[in-house]
Amino acid sequence: MNELPAKEAAVAAPAIEGGVRAARVHDSAAKHVSGAAIYTDDIPEPPGTLQAYLARSERAHARIVSMDLAAVRASEGVAAVMTAGDIPGANDVSPMAGDDPLFPAATVEYFGQALFGVAAETVEQARAAAAKATVVYEDLPALLTIEDAMAAQSLLEPPYTMAKGDAAAAIATAPRVVEGRIEIGGQEHFYLEGQAALAVPGEDEDMTVHCSSQHPSEIQHTVAKVLGVPNHSVTVEVRRMGGGFGGKESQGNLPAAAAALAARLTGRPAKCVYDRDDDMLLTGKRHDFRIDYRAGFDEAGCILGVEFDQALRCGMSWDLSGPIADRAMFHADNCYSLPNARITSYRCKTNTQSNTAFRGFGGPQGMIGMERVVDQIAATLGMDPAAVRAINFYPHKDSDDDEGKIAPYGMAVEDCIVSDIWSELAGTSDYAARRAEIRDWNAGSPVLKRGIAMTPVKFGISFTNTTLNQAGALVHVYNDGSIHLNHGGTEMGQGLFVKVAQVVASEFQVDLDRVKITATTTGKVPNTSATAASSGSDLNGMAARDAAGKIKRRLADFLAERYQAKPADVRFDAGRVHVGAESLTFDEAIGKAYAARVSLSATGFYATPKIRWDKATAQGRPFFYCAYGAAVTEVAIDTLTGENRLLRVDILHDVGKSLNPAIDLGQIEGGFVQGAGWLTTEELVWDDKGRLMTHAPSTYKIPACSDRAPVMNIRLFDRGENVEDTIYRSKAVGEPPLMLGISAFMALSDAVASVGGYRTYPFLDTPATPERVLFAVERVRRAAEADS
Amino acid sequence: MAQAIAFLLNGAVETVSDVPPTTTLLQYLRRHKGLTGTKEGCAEGDCGACTVALGDPSGDGALRHRAANACVLFLPMVHGRTVTTVEGLGRAAGAGPNGADLHPVSRAFVDYHASQCGFCTPGFVMSAYAAWLEGEPLHKRSVDDLLAGNLCRCTGYGPIIDATLALNGAPPPGEDRAVAKETARRLQNAAYAGSLAYENGGQRWFGPTGLNELADLYEAHPDATIVAGATDVGLWVTKQHRRLDTVIDIGRVRALNELTATGDTLRIGAGVTCTDAFDAIAGRWPDFGELLRRFGGRQVRNAATIGGNIANGSPIGDSPPALIALGATLVLRKGKARRRLPLEAFFLDYGRQDRQPGEFVEAIEIPLDTGAEELKCYKISKRFDQDISALCGCFNLRIEDGAVASMRIAFGGMAATPKRASAVETALWGKPWTEETVTAALPAFAEDFTPIDDMRASAGYRLLAAQNLLRRCFHESRRPLRETRLVGREAAFA
Repeated sequence: MNELPAKEAAVAAPAIEGGVRAARVHDSAAKHVSGAAIYTDDIPEPPGTLQAYLARSERAHARIVSMDLAAVRASEGVAAVMTAGDIPGANDVSPMAGDDPLFPAATVEYFGQALFGVAAETVEQARAAAAKATVVYEDLPALLTIEDAMAAQSLLEPPYTMAKGDAAAAIATAPRVVEGRIEIGGQEHFYLEGQAALAVPGEDEDMTVHCSSQHPSEIQHTVAKVLGVPNHSVTVEVRRMGGGFGGKESQGNLPAAAAALAARLTGRPAKCVYDRDDDMLLTGKRHDFRIDYRAGFDEAGCILGVEFDQALRCGMSWDLSGPIADRAMFHADNCYSLPNARITSYRCKTNTQSNTAFRGFGGPQGMIGMERVVDQIAATLGMDPAAVRAINFYPHKDSDDDEGKIAPYGMAVEDCIVSDIWSELAGTSDYAARRAEIRDWNAGSPVLKRGIAMTPVKFGISFTNTTLNQAGALVHVYNDGSIHLNHGGTEMGQGLFVKVAQVVASEFQVDLDRVKITATTTGKVPNTSATAASSGSDLNGMAARDAAGKIKRRLADFLAERYQAKPADVRFDAGRVHVGAESLTFDEAIGKAYAARVSLSATGFYATPKIRWDKATAQGRPFFYCAYGAAVTEVAIDTLTGENRLLRVDILHDVGKSLNPAIDLGQIEGGFVQGAGWLTTEELVWDDKGRLMTHAPSTYKIPACSDRAPVMNIRLFDRGENVEDTIYRSKAVGEPPLMLGISAFMALSDAVASVGGYRTYPFLDTPATPERVLFAVERVRRAAEADS
Repeated sequence: MAQAIAFLLNGAVETVSDVPPTTTLLQYLRRHKGLTGTKEGCAEGDCGACTVALGDPSGDGALRHRAANACVLFLPMVHGRTVTTVEGLGRAAGAGPNGADLHPVSRAFVDYHASQCGFCTPGFVMSAYAAWLEGEPLHKRSVDDLLAGNLCRCTGYGPIIDATLALNGAPPPGEDRAVAKETARRLQNAAYAGSLAYENGGQRWFGPTGLNELADLYEAHPDATIVAGATDVGLWVTKQHRRLDTVIDIGRVRALNELTATGDTLRIGAGVTCTDAFDAIAGRWPDFGELLRRFGGRQVRNAATIGGNIANGSPIGDSPPALIALGATLVLRKGKARRRLPLEAFFLDYGRQDRQPGEFVEAIEIPLDTGAEELKCYKISKRFDQDISALCGCFNLRIEDGAVASMRIAFGGMAATPKRASAVETALWGKPWTEETVTAALPAFAEDFTPIDDMRASAGYRLLAAQNLLRRCFHESRRPLRETRLVGREAAFA
């Protein structure tokens, strides 16, 4: 694709409808609002479709002594019962490590684990049949929490460290030191559409799977592995998901494999759709973390050295915990230049759901650790945390402080613009004056207290596994001039499809409605990576542009020859193709090319340049570039009950040059609210048997409409431009804004601190439920009373 | 007596006799009618992805439309009503890429970028549609309440709020109203308006319309399950997967749907929904009104009844603490016999109430002697809207000459049943209403309550917060509410 001229200026004033930079609505919006958008469970079922239900373990850790399924098999409507012994291929649905059985052969490793499957005419019959099993367990010791696992040193791999300089020595000689611990809760994805898969058997050993997955290729490979057939025998199609957020990166493997196995065993189509409780009990979540920290700094608040020990609960298997834990380490610096740092990661193996990808992929937890340190330093020095943050920022991209740009993992942060965003947002949000006003107000308010915080975000963009940074696309131009677009990215609501279609429309210089968006399928674009790591439009946009470029070059060669011009003189512009003095409509050009036997179909490919990562030395450049943003959040708490709410949010976020400002603003707003929800109302609770108690919206509380701050001012950073050659100089936007929600948590901590006259640090943990806030208030109040 | 379930589905007559009576409306729409625009997000009435608009013929010959959660609504409950799904808004399939033919409500959601993944969207559209049809005035605060029962995980709600507010400027639904009037007339037909007795697959469903008819039925079938809005019983089927052999639906009994204020008593029939009770309660006791508003999302309140909230005996039901604090009396009916008992006496122990086989809650009677400002109700939950209380404290306090003249305090979430704080009351009664008295009374909470740890809160939090609610009550008796309230009436930062 590097042969393509990158004439950005030509894009600035699009004469076409819906090119890049246009604030187009989501391509499926009209279908969403009218109920016509089809999700997996909405696909009309082929005749004879069976419903698969997964029976679940009633123990956190136990040997299966015996499993009597005779009554299950005999139950009304049952067509097949599936156990580990019925799997023709490999009993593994894991994304990487080979440690997630479809059905356990001998040992259950978490409460709620899929134990066996039942396929019946109706899901009610399948569920009723499953309840007739007699399972005898022999309990084994269960490790449920980070504390349990750390005490037992139950780790998936030895502790892993990234370091720069000598943190211990720097802290030892630093004028001031803070230390402490923060516990960070996990998060349920709560995509509105649960996991779902429909498997339809074909001839030979073929299987077609329709499912709700961010990673169709992995579903394909998993199903093939489980069925014992080559990858070519399985085709996976995903039109759209009802939300993903990382929860459909690996977690769709199991229901797809179960549906495919049922289809294989019976020769009938089979469907496996998790209801909400099944989904929450079976699937992994965002990792909860326990971070111990120690930092040395000077009287001005300048950080000299930091040590982090990050322990995270991975659950019963690896899933994606390795790269997630790595990303938590990569973001332990957030926006701050750390002359000395040591970050050590403890990947705890526990008898709980295998935790998985979730928007931010460990980054948010790592970042909170750092934000806690900075906040506590400010409290110790009696400074405004925003001031401490600002003096520790990475050098600006234009700075020549090359040493200061080096992150703890060796990468030079060369594109840092956080100080530009910071100063602009401080002005537009009126941060300093509001902070002063809030402190005055609190002094006169005995029960309610307000708090405010301004926090920055730096988020590294690329899969840290370099291999995954590749994408493919397939573009056909039909002989009527209409365009068929396909690529490996999946649509989960984030607007990827419309963005890539806008790229193709811009490339061909035709209106967006010429470009047909089609379902992701492994039959058109193979070997794709998950739509994850915020990389969807970066990778697939480039791949689609590459495909379009190939066709354009063929057209240019053909038209140049036909009209005795040079290929370089062929120009695509506003629905027309200009060849020297000649001008054709796009359709005319296509019609002539077809008649002249020019290929009008092309694949495209992209591999992100410059990146490399060496895990052994913990050094490299894992990220192509970084996305930046900052938020100011104001909150209020009730010191009698700990109830709290957001009052105002101001956000300034960098998306480079936006492909679609409307889509990007939607990602920022939704990401912030999801991040704030994670840190406030969303609490996962397990009982002492390892049973998840919060497995439905009645008990697990994502933000509702009224939890949104009444004032939300969200803007794109209009000076943003990617220094790297990304698709039209845009930046990824999926994950970074989630971490803007950290400002809400820090503002709650600020409000709590007011109770003790800002002299006692609250040490608030997340999520900041009314209970945690009230107990923090009590701690601070008692400390203040003891002082006086 | 109708023996088939008859209703109008998107304007067309639907007559059903071949599904079990505990089939939910959502299952029926998706599996039997292929109307997959209505989604299942939770199957417990908490996310609103399954929202449809139900129409009921009202007294003035018009149709009254309300949003409902199809996932916990049993199909026989729509007998005699209209059901409008997102497909019924028209042109679903033919809307085209630009949505040129969309309904104005749907159109607004497109224009304001109010959908991302789109899975929750039909539910939001239907909530907004029901309000739009009723001509409900919308503003920034009320839209939060209108949409409290719909969860979205993608947008952060801003664009959805903007789209919904924009409907205030949409063309008035004149044509839709005319259709609604004609529809209401059709529903007067006996096939729709009378009692229902339905049976399928060995399960029976009775939908009586007369009170004596109900009393006789229940006496004859004392093992039957009573439903009103099914916002709780629905979950027995969708979550616990229980089979209900015989169900008696009291929602069609006209006499139970009456709400009357006579002399010194407000009488609320057991079938009156939270929505229908709201004005009468909020107008007299604004704090109770706010409690009722936070009972559940709009769809839940449209179906749920105060009678059901009492009869299900939950320790965390929100209306019993307020009603106990108000000194309410429960009217129970068995056959021809009625009896009355103080509400607090109804709750015997966890899951056990003073109710005989065949006996049902007929009404709740609330004495009107408590003034608007005397009743303070506080609901504490992780999330303000559409959440179940961790604890709920209600204080009915009368101060005369600076001393506590009378005091009724009741809590939910603090014991196995909704319960009066008798020891705390004793510690306050007759004492000067001062901070010292309040502080001295705080230890009495531990005599009244030994709360539990669960996923909503720890025992320690519950006890401390309960004590602090008494302190809040004291503060609010002296100072403006905006000094203590983050939400609801006179909230700060509103």
